[in-house]
Amino acid sequence: MAKDLNKESFDQAISKSKVSIVDFWAEWCMPCRMLEPVMEELEKELKGKIDFYRVNVDENPELAARFGIESIPTLFIFKEGKPVDEIIGFRQKRELESLISQYI
Amino acid sequence: MEGESHKANQNNEIEKLIIIGGGPAAYTAAIYGIRSGLNPLIFAGYEHGGQLLLTTYVEDFPSYPSILGPDLMKKMEDHVVKLGGRIVYKDVEKVDLSSYPFKVSCEGKDYFSYSLIIATGAKPRWLGLPNEQRLIGKGVSNCAVCDGFFFKGKKVAVVGGGDTAMEDASYLANLASEVYLIHRRDTFRAVEYRQEKVKSNPKIKIIYNSVVTDVLGNEKVEGIKIKNLITGEEKDLEVQGLFVAIGHDPNTALFKGQLEMDNNGYIITTEFTKTSKEGVFAAGDVVDKKYRQAIVAAGWGAMAALDAREYLSNKKLN
Repeated sequence: MAKDLNKESFDQAISKSKVSIVDFWAEWCMPCRMLEPVMEELEKELKGKIDFYRVNVDENPELAARFGIESIPTLFIFKEGKPVDEIIGFRQKRELESLISQYI
Repeated sequence: MEGESHKANQNNEIEKLIIIGGGPAAYTAAIYGIRSGLNPLIFAGYEHGGQLLLTTYVEDFPSYPSILGPDLMKKMEDHVVKLGGRIVYKDVEKVDLSSYPFKVSCEGKDYFSYSLIIATGAKPRWLGLPNEQRLIGKGVSNCAVCDGFFFKGKKVAVVGGGDTAMEDASYLANLASEVYLIHRRDTFRAVEYRQEKVKSNPKIKIIYNSVVTDVLGNEKVEGIKIKNLITGEEKDLEVQGLFVAIGHDPNTALFKGQLEMDNNGYIITTEFTKTSKEGVFAAGDVVDKKYRQAIVAAGWGAMAALDAREYLSNKKLN
Protein backbone atom coordinates (compact mmCIF):
# COMPACT_ATOMS: atom_id res chain seq x y z
CA MET A 1 0.00 0.00 0.00
CA ALA A 2 1.37 3.39 -1.02
CA LYS A 3 2.48 5.55 1.89
CA ASP A 4 0.48 8.70 2.59
CA LEU A 5 2.54 11.85 2.66
CA ASN A 6 1.78 15.28 4.08
CA LYS A 7 3.61 18.59 3.96
CA GLU A 8 5.83 17.60 6.90
CA SER A 9 6.89 14.22 5.55
CA PHE A 10 6.90 14.96 1.82
CA ASP A 11 10.39 16.34 1.11
CA GLN A 12 12.25 13.87 3.24
CA ALA A 13 10.47 10.87 1.72
CA ILE A 14 10.93 12.03 -1.85
CA SER A 15 14.63 12.86 -1.44
CA LYS A 16 15.32 9.48 0.18
CA SER A 17 13.83 7.56 -2.75
CA LYS A 18 15.87 6.89 -5.87
CA VAL A 19 12.72 6.88 -7.97
CA SER A 20 9.29 7.60 -6.61
CA ILE A 21 5.78 8.15 -7.83
CA VAL A 22 3.28 10.33 -6.00
CA ASP A 23 -0.44 9.95 -6.59
CA PHE A 24 -2.35 13.19 -5.87
CA TRP A 25 -5.92 12.17 -5.12
CA ALA A 26 -9.09 12.83 -3.13
CA GLU A 27 -11.86 10.74 -1.63
CA TRP A 28 -14.59 12.29 -3.83
CA CYS A 29 -12.68 11.90 -7.10
CA MET A 30 -14.03 8.86 -8.92
CA PRO A 31 -11.25 8.56 -11.52
CA CYS A 32 -8.80 8.61 -8.57
CA ARG A 33 -10.61 5.65 -7.08
CA MET A 34 -10.59 3.87 -10.44
CA LEU A 35 -6.84 4.39 -10.54
CA GLU A 36 -6.38 2.87 -7.08
CA PRO A 37 -6.43 -0.83 -8.07
CA VAL A 38 -4.20 -0.06 -11.07
CA MET A 39 -1.64 1.60 -8.79
CA GLU A 40 -1.84 -1.27 -6.30
CA GLU A 41 -1.01 -3.76 -9.04
CA LEU A 42 1.83 -1.62 -10.36
CA GLU A 43 3.20 -1.29 -6.85
CA LYS A 44 3.30 -5.07 -6.49
CA GLU A 45 4.99 -5.47 -9.88
CA LEU A 46 7.55 -2.72 -9.38
CA LYS A 47 8.38 -3.45 -5.76
CA GLY A 48 11.93 -2.43 -4.89
CA LYS A 49 12.37 -0.44 -8.09
CA ILE A 50 10.16 2.53 -7.33
CA ASP A 51 8.55 3.89 -4.17
CA PHE A 52 4.83 4.60 -4.22
CA TYR A 53 3.37 7.53 -2.29
CA ARG A 54 0.01 9.28 -2.11
CA VAL A 55 -1.03 12.83 -1.27
CA ASN A 56 -4.62 13.62 -0.34
CA VAL A 57 -5.23 17.07 -1.87
CA ASP A 58 -8.11 17.83 0.52
CA GLU A 59 -5.81 17.45 3.50
CA ASN A 60 -2.76 18.92 1.78
CA PRO A 61 -3.81 21.85 -0.41
CA GLU A 62 -0.32 23.40 0.03
CA LEU A 63 1.33 20.42 -1.67
CA ALA A 64 -1.23 20.46 -4.48
CA ALA A 65 -0.60 24.18 -5.01
CA ARG A 66 3.18 23.73 -4.84
CA PHE A 67 3.07 21.31 -7.77
CA GLY A 68 0.49 23.34 -9.70
CA ILE A 69 -2.11 20.61 -9.59
CA GLU A 70 -5.48 21.58 -11.06
CA SER A 71 -6.79 18.17 -11.93
CA ILE A 72 -6.76 14.82 -10.20
CA PRO A 73 -5.68 12.14 -10.38
CA THR A 74 -2.22 13.50 -11.17
CA LEU A 75 0.86 11.31 -10.83
CA PHE A 76 4.24 12.94 -10.27
CA ILE A 77 7.41 10.96 -10.89
CA PHE A 78 10.51 12.01 -8.95
CA LYS A 79 14.09 10.94 -9.53
CA GLU A 80 16.44 11.63 -6.63
CA GLY A 81 13.98 14.16 -5.28
CA LYS A 82 13.47 16.05 -8.53
CA PRO A 83 10.22 15.96 -10.52
CA VAL A 84 10.87 14.37 -13.92
CA ASP A 85 7.39 13.69 -15.22
CA GLU A 86 3.74 14.40 -14.61
CA ILE A 87 0.88 12.17 -15.72
CA ILE A 88 -2.56 13.76 -15.58
CA GLY A 89 -5.82 11.83 -15.52
CA PHE A 90 -6.78 8.17 -15.45
CA ARG A 91 -4.58 5.92 -17.58
CA GLN A 92 -4.71 2.26 -18.47
CA LYS A 93 -2.30 -0.04 -16.70
CA ARG A 94 -0.26 -0.84 -19.82
CA GLU A 95 0.18 2.84 -20.60
CA LEU A 96 1.31 3.64 -17.07
CA GLU A 97 3.73 0.73 -17.10
CA SER A 98 5.49 2.06 -20.17
CA LEU A 99 5.45 5.67 -18.94
CA ILE A 100 6.92 4.73 -15.57
CA SER A 101 9.43 2.15 -16.83
CA GLN A 102 11.49 4.76 -18.67
CA TYR A 103 12.57 6.16 -15.30
CA ILE A 104 13.65 2.88 -13.71
CA MET B 1 -9.38 -7.30 -3.88
CA GLU B 2 -11.60 -6.72 -6.88
CA GLY B 3 -9.29 -8.16 -9.54
CA GLU B 4 -9.41 -11.57 -7.93
CA SER B 5 -13.18 -11.92 -7.74
CA HIS B 6 -13.67 -13.51 -11.13
CA LYS B 7 -13.34 -17.17 -11.76
CA ALA B 8 -12.82 -18.03 -15.39
CA ASN B 9 -14.17 -21.28 -16.69
CA GLN B 10 -11.89 -24.20 -16.00
CA ASN B 11 -9.67 -25.61 -18.75
CA ASN B 12 -10.33 -22.78 -21.21
CA GLU B 13 -13.92 -23.85 -21.59
CA ILE B 14 -15.74 -21.80 -24.20
CA GLU B 15 -18.03 -19.16 -22.73
CA LYS B 16 -21.61 -18.80 -23.92
CA LEU B 17 -21.56 -15.05 -23.54
CA ILE B 18 -18.87 -12.45 -22.96
CA ILE B 19 -19.95 -8.90 -22.18
CA ILE B 20 -17.47 -6.07 -22.66
CA GLY B 21 -18.22 -2.89 -20.74
CA GLY B 22 -18.78 -1.58 -17.24
CA GLY B 23 -21.70 0.85 -17.44
CA PRO B 24 -25.50 0.54 -17.24
CA ALA B 25 -25.78 -1.31 -20.59
CA ALA B 26 -23.17 -3.91 -19.67
CA TYR B 27 -24.47 -4.51 -16.14
CA THR B 28 -28.08 -4.81 -17.27
CA ALA B 29 -26.99 -7.22 -20.03
CA ALA B 30 -25.18 -9.17 -17.31
CA ILE B 31 -28.29 -9.37 -15.11
CA TYR B 32 -30.43 -10.60 -18.01
CA GLY B 33 -27.66 -12.91 -19.21
CA ILE B 34 -27.23 -14.51 -15.79
CA ARG B 35 -30.98 -14.97 -15.33
CA SER B 36 -31.16 -16.56 -18.80
CA GLY B 37 -28.65 -19.14 -17.61
CA LEU B 38 -25.86 -17.97 -19.89
CA ASN B 39 -23.38 -17.45 -17.02
CA PRO B 40 -21.72 -14.51 -18.82
CA LEU B 41 -18.17 -13.35 -18.23
CA ILE B 42 -18.12 -9.57 -17.90
CA PHE B 43 -15.04 -7.51 -18.76
CA ALA B 44 -15.89 -4.30 -16.95
CA GLY B 45 -12.43 -2.77 -17.37
CA TYR B 46 -10.39 -0.61 -15.03
CA GLU B 47 -12.81 2.24 -15.75
CA HIS B 48 -15.78 0.17 -14.61
CA GLY B 49 -18.75 2.32 -13.69
CA GLY B 50 -18.57 4.28 -16.90
CA GLN B 51 -19.58 7.87 -17.49
CA LEU B 52 -21.90 7.98 -14.47
CA LEU B 53 -18.80 8.09 -12.29
CA LEU B 54 -18.12 11.56 -13.62
CA THR B 55 -21.51 12.90 -12.60
CA THR B 56 -23.10 14.03 -9.36
CA TYR B 57 -26.81 13.56 -8.86
CA VAL B 58 -28.89 11.48 -11.28
CA GLU B 59 -32.53 12.47 -10.92
CA ASP B 60 -34.15 10.74 -13.86
CA PHE B 61 -33.50 7.06 -13.19
CA PRO B 62 -36.82 5.45 -12.16
CA SER B 63 -37.05 4.34 -8.53
CA TYR B 64 -34.30 6.80 -7.53
CA PRO B 65 -35.67 10.38 -7.28
CA SER B 66 -32.10 11.48 -6.57
CA ILE B 67 -28.99 9.33 -6.45
CA LEU B 68 -25.28 9.99 -6.96
CA GLY B 69 -24.07 8.59 -10.31
CA PRO B 70 -21.29 6.54 -8.67
CA ASP B 71 -23.77 5.13 -6.11
CA LEU B 72 -26.17 4.10 -8.87
CA MET B 73 -23.35 2.22 -10.63
CA LYS B 74 -22.29 0.57 -7.38
CA LYS B 75 -25.86 -0.67 -6.92
CA MET B 76 -25.93 -2.10 -10.45
CA GLU B 77 -22.59 -3.79 -9.91
CA ASP B 78 -23.75 -5.21 -6.55
CA HIS B 79 -26.85 -6.55 -8.27
CA VAL B 80 -24.68 -8.41 -10.81
CA VAL B 81 -22.39 -9.74 -8.08
CA LYS B 82 -25.36 -10.83 -5.96
CA LEU B 83 -26.63 -12.92 -8.87
CA GLY B 84 -23.22 -14.57 -9.06
CA GLY B 85 -21.89 -12.55 -11.99
CA ARG B 86 -18.24 -13.03 -12.89
CA ILE B 87 -16.75 -9.55 -13.36
CA VAL B 88 -13.19 -8.93 -14.53
CA TYR B 89 -12.00 -5.41 -13.68
CA LYS B 90 -9.36 -5.32 -16.39
CA ASP B 91 -9.21 -3.95 -19.91
CA VAL B 92 -9.77 -6.03 -22.99
CA GLU B 93 -6.87 -5.45 -25.34
CA LYS B 94 -7.93 -7.30 -28.45
CA VAL B 95 -11.05 -8.81 -29.90
CA ASP B 96 -10.89 -11.20 -32.83
CA LEU B 97 -14.21 -11.69 -34.59
CA SER B 98 -12.71 -13.41 -37.65
CA SER B 99 -12.77 -16.87 -36.08
CA TYR B 100 -15.50 -18.65 -34.16
CA PRO B 101 -15.88 -18.88 -31.23
CA PHE B 102 -14.87 -15.23 -30.89
CA LYS B 103 -11.59 -14.49 -29.14
CA VAL B 104 -11.18 -11.83 -26.45
CA SER B 105 -7.68 -11.08 -25.15
CA CYS B 106 -7.02 -9.48 -21.78
CA GLU B 107 -3.60 -9.03 -20.18
CA GLY B 108 -1.97 -11.92 -21.94
CA LYS B 109 -4.86 -14.36 -21.62
CA ASP B 110 -7.28 -15.45 -24.34
CA TYR B 111 -10.96 -16.10 -23.70
CA PHE B 112 -13.39 -17.69 -26.17
CA SER B 113 -17.11 -17.16 -26.48
CA TYR B 114 -20.03 -18.18 -28.69
CA SER B 115 -21.61 -14.75 -28.38
CA LEU B 116 -20.53 -11.25 -27.51
CA ILE B 117 -22.20 -8.11 -26.23
CA ILE B 118 -20.36 -4.86 -26.80
CA ALA B 119 -21.30 -2.19 -24.28
CA THR B 120 -18.09 -0.19 -24.11
CA GLY B 121 -19.83 3.17 -23.96
CA ALA B 122 -18.45 6.53 -24.93
CA LYS B 123 -15.84 8.97 -23.76
CA PRO B 124 -16.00 12.77 -23.56
CA ARG B 125 -14.92 14.70 -26.64
CA TRP B 126 -12.36 17.50 -26.65
CA LEU B 127 -12.49 20.64 -28.79
CA GLY B 128 -9.30 19.55 -30.55
CA LEU B 129 -7.39 22.83 -30.17
CA PRO B 130 -3.59 22.45 -29.74
CA ASN B 131 -3.49 24.73 -26.70
CA GLU B 132 -6.45 22.93 -25.17
CA GLN B 133 -4.60 19.61 -25.39
CA ARG B 134 -1.42 21.19 -23.99
CA LEU B 135 -3.27 22.58 -20.95
CA ILE B 136 -5.30 19.51 -19.96
CA GLY B 137 -4.94 19.27 -16.20
CA LYS B 138 -3.63 22.82 -16.10
CA GLY B 139 -7.03 24.43 -16.15
CA VAL B 140 -8.56 22.45 -19.01
CA SER B 141 -10.81 19.63 -17.85
CA ASN B 142 -13.70 17.44 -18.92
CA CYS B 143 -14.73 16.47 -15.42
CA ALA B 144 -16.29 19.25 -13.38
CA VAL B 145 -16.93 17.05 -10.34
CA CYS B 146 -13.28 15.92 -10.33
CA ASP B 147 -11.57 19.22 -10.88
CA GLY B 148 -14.07 21.88 -9.76
CA PHE B 149 -12.41 21.76 -6.33
CA PHE B 150 -9.33 23.53 -7.72
CA PHE B 151 -11.35 26.49 -8.97
CA LYS B 152 -12.88 27.78 -5.75
CA GLY B 153 -13.38 31.52 -6.09
CA LYS B 154 -11.96 31.57 -9.63
CA LYS B 155 -13.57 32.31 -12.99
CA VAL B 156 -14.30 29.38 -15.24
CA ALA B 157 -15.94 28.67 -18.60
CA VAL B 158 -18.02 25.68 -19.62
CA VAL B 159 -18.43 24.85 -23.33
CA GLY B 160 -21.45 22.92 -24.58
CA GLY B 161 -25.21 22.92 -24.74
CA GLY B 162 -26.27 19.47 -23.59
CA ASP B 163 -27.14 17.91 -20.25
CA THR B 164 -23.50 17.54 -19.21
CA ALA B 165 -22.74 21.19 -19.89
CA MET B 166 -25.77 22.31 -17.81
CA GLU B 167 -24.87 20.01 -14.93
CA ASP B 168 -21.25 21.11 -15.03
CA ALA B 169 -22.18 24.81 -15.06
CA SER B 170 -24.58 24.37 -12.12
CA TYR B 171 -22.04 22.36 -10.16
CA LEU B 172 -19.22 24.81 -10.82
CA ALA B 173 -21.40 27.79 -9.85
CA ASN B 174 -21.24 26.48 -6.27
CA LEU B 175 -17.47 26.80 -6.28
CA ALA B 176 -16.33 29.36 -8.82
CA SER B 177 -16.83 33.12 -8.56
CA GLU B 178 -18.26 33.28 -12.06
CA VAL B 179 -19.19 30.72 -14.70
CA TYR B 180 -19.42 31.51 -18.41
CA LEU B 181 -21.47 28.99 -20.36
CA ILE B 182 -20.49 29.11 -24.01
CA HIS B 183 -22.67 27.49 -26.65
CA ARG B 184 -22.45 27.59 -30.42
CA ARG B 185 -26.21 27.87 -30.94
CA ASP B 186 -28.94 30.04 -29.43
CA THR B 187 -30.82 27.13 -27.88
CA PHE B 188 -29.71 24.29 -25.62
CA ARG B 189 -30.11 20.59 -26.25
CA ALA B 190 -30.40 19.78 -22.53
CA VAL B 191 -33.69 18.86 -20.86
CA GLU B 192 -35.78 21.80 -19.64
CA TYR B 193 -35.27 21.52 -15.91
CA ARG B 194 -31.50 21.52 -16.30
CA GLN B 195 -31.71 24.57 -18.58
CA GLU B 196 -33.88 26.38 -16.05
CA LYS B 197 -31.40 25.68 -13.27
CA VAL B 198 -28.67 27.31 -15.34
CA LYS B 199 -30.71 30.26 -16.58
CA SER B 200 -31.91 31.16 -13.10
CA ASN B 201 -28.45 30.99 -11.51
CA PRO B 202 -27.08 34.54 -11.14
CA LYS B 203 -23.48 33.27 -11.16
CA ILE B 204 -23.82 31.73 -14.63
CA LYS B 205 -23.43 34.01 -17.63
CA ILE B 206 -24.61 32.44 -20.87
CA ILE B 207 -22.85 33.33 -24.10
CA TYR B 208 -24.83 32.07 -27.09
CA ASN B 209 -23.79 31.61 -30.73
CA SER B 210 -20.13 31.46 -29.79
CA VAL B 211 -17.26 29.03 -30.04
CA VAL B 212 -13.93 28.75 -28.26
CA THR B 213 -11.15 29.31 -30.81
CA ASP B 214 -8.10 29.23 -28.53
CA VAL B 215 -6.99 28.61 -24.98
CA LEU B 216 -4.59 31.21 -23.57
CA GLY B 217 -1.80 30.81 -21.03
CA ASN B 218 1.69 29.35 -20.80
CA GLU B 219 1.83 27.14 -17.74
CA LYS B 220 -1.84 27.39 -16.83
CA VAL B 221 -5.07 28.54 -18.37
CA GLU B 222 -5.29 32.32 -18.15
CA GLY B 223 -8.10 32.88 -20.58
CA ILE B 224 -9.89 31.77 -23.72
CA LYS B 225 -10.55 33.31 -27.09
CA ILE B 226 -14.16 33.16 -28.20
CA LYS B 227 -15.77 34.02 -31.50
CA ASN B 228 -19.36 35.07 -32.06
CA LEU B 229 -20.58 33.05 -35.06
CA ILE B 230 -23.14 35.66 -36.09
CA THR B 231 -21.13 38.88 -35.86
CA GLY B 232 -17.72 37.27 -36.39
CA GLU B 233 -16.47 39.30 -33.45
CA GLU B 234 -13.61 37.76 -31.45
CA LYS B 235 -12.74 38.52 -27.86
CA ASP B 236 -10.72 37.23 -24.94
CA LEU B 237 -12.34 36.06 -21.73
CA GLU B 238 -10.28 35.95 -18.58
CA VAL B 239 -10.85 32.53 -16.96
CA GLN B 240 -8.65 30.15 -14.99
CA GLY B 241 -10.57 27.03 -15.94
CA LEU B 242 -12.15 25.63 -19.09
CA PHE B 243 -14.54 22.70 -18.80
CA VAL B 244 -15.29 20.99 -22.08
CA ALA B 245 -18.70 19.29 -22.32
CA ILE B 246 -19.41 19.14 -26.04
CA GLY B 247 -20.43 15.52 -26.38
CA HIS B 248 -18.98 12.07 -26.62
CA ASP B 249 -17.25 9.64 -28.94
CA PRO B 250 -17.99 5.90 -28.83
CA ASN B 251 -15.29 3.55 -27.49
CA THR B 252 -15.13 1.32 -30.55
CA ALA B 253 -11.43 1.27 -31.49
CA LEU B 254 -11.23 -2.45 -30.56
CA PHE B 255 -13.74 -3.31 -33.27
CA LYS B 256 -12.50 -1.12 -36.12
CA GLY B 257 -12.50 -3.02 -39.40
CA GLN B 258 -14.39 -5.91 -37.79
CA LEU B 259 -17.86 -4.42 -37.45
CA GLU B 260 -19.83 -1.95 -39.53
CA MET B 261 -19.67 1.53 -38.05
CA ASP B 262 -20.80 4.96 -39.13
CA ASN B 263 -18.43 7.87 -39.82
CA ASN B 264 -18.32 8.79 -36.15
CA GLY B 265 -17.42 5.28 -35.02
CA TYR B 266 -20.86 4.28 -33.71
CA ILE B 267 -21.62 0.60 -34.27
CA ILE B 268 -24.39 0.09 -36.78
CA THR B 269 -27.07 -2.37 -35.68
CA THR B 270 -30.11 -3.89 -37.33
CA GLU B 271 -33.15 -5.38 -35.58
CA PHE B 272 -32.18 -3.37 -32.49
CA THR B 273 -28.94 -4.90 -31.17
CA LYS B 274 -27.57 -7.10 -33.96
CA THR B 275 -24.25 -5.91 -35.39
CA SER B 276 -22.93 -6.75 -38.85
CA LYS B 277 -21.37 -9.90 -37.35
CA GLU B 278 -23.75 -12.70 -36.41
CA GLY B 279 -23.50 -13.50 -32.72
CA VAL B 280 -22.13 -10.07 -31.82
CA PHE B 281 -24.57 -7.63 -30.23
CA ALA B 282 -24.12 -3.99 -29.25
CA ALA B 283 -25.85 -1.97 -26.55
CA GLY B 284 -25.84 1.50 -25.02
CA ASP B 285 -23.76 4.51 -26.01
CA VAL B 286 -21.69 2.58 -28.58
CA VAL B 287 -24.87 2.47 -30.66
CA ASP B 288 -26.94 5.31 -29.29
CA LYS B 289 -25.90 8.73 -30.54
CA LYS B 290 -29.23 10.30 -29.74
CA TYR B 291 -30.56 9.62 -26.24
CA ARG B 292 -27.44 8.81 -24.18
CA GLN B 293 -29.27 8.21 -20.92
CA ALA B 294 -28.44 5.68 -18.23
CA ILE B 295 -31.95 4.23 -18.39
CA VAL B 296 -31.82 3.93 -22.19
CA ALA B 297 -28.43 2.21 -22.02
CA ALA B 298 -29.84 -0.19 -19.43
CA GLY B 299 -32.74 -0.97 -21.76
CA TRP B 300 -30.34 -1.67 -24.60
CA GLY B 301 -28.42 -4.02 -22.32
CA ALA B 302 -31.54 -6.04 -21.56
CA MET B 303 -32.37 -6.23 -25.28
CA ALA B 304 -28.86 -7.36 -26.22
CA ALA B 305 -28.88 -10.13 -23.62
CA LEU B 306 -32.28 -11.38 -24.77
CA ASP B 307 -31.07 -11.29 -28.37
CA ALA B 308 -27.92 -13.20 -27.41
CA ARG B 309 -30.07 -15.79 -25.64
CA GLU B 310 -32.24 -16.19 -28.72
CA TYR B 311 -29.19 -16.52 -30.97
CA LEU B 312 -27.60 -19.16 -28.74
CA SER B 313 -30.82 -21.08 -28.42
CA ASN B 314 -31.29 -21.11 -32.22
CA LYS B 315 -27.76 -22.49 -32.52
CA LYS B 316 -28.48 -24.96 -29.71
CA LEU B 317 -25.58 -23.49 -27.75
CA ASN B 318 -27.53 -22.37 -24.70
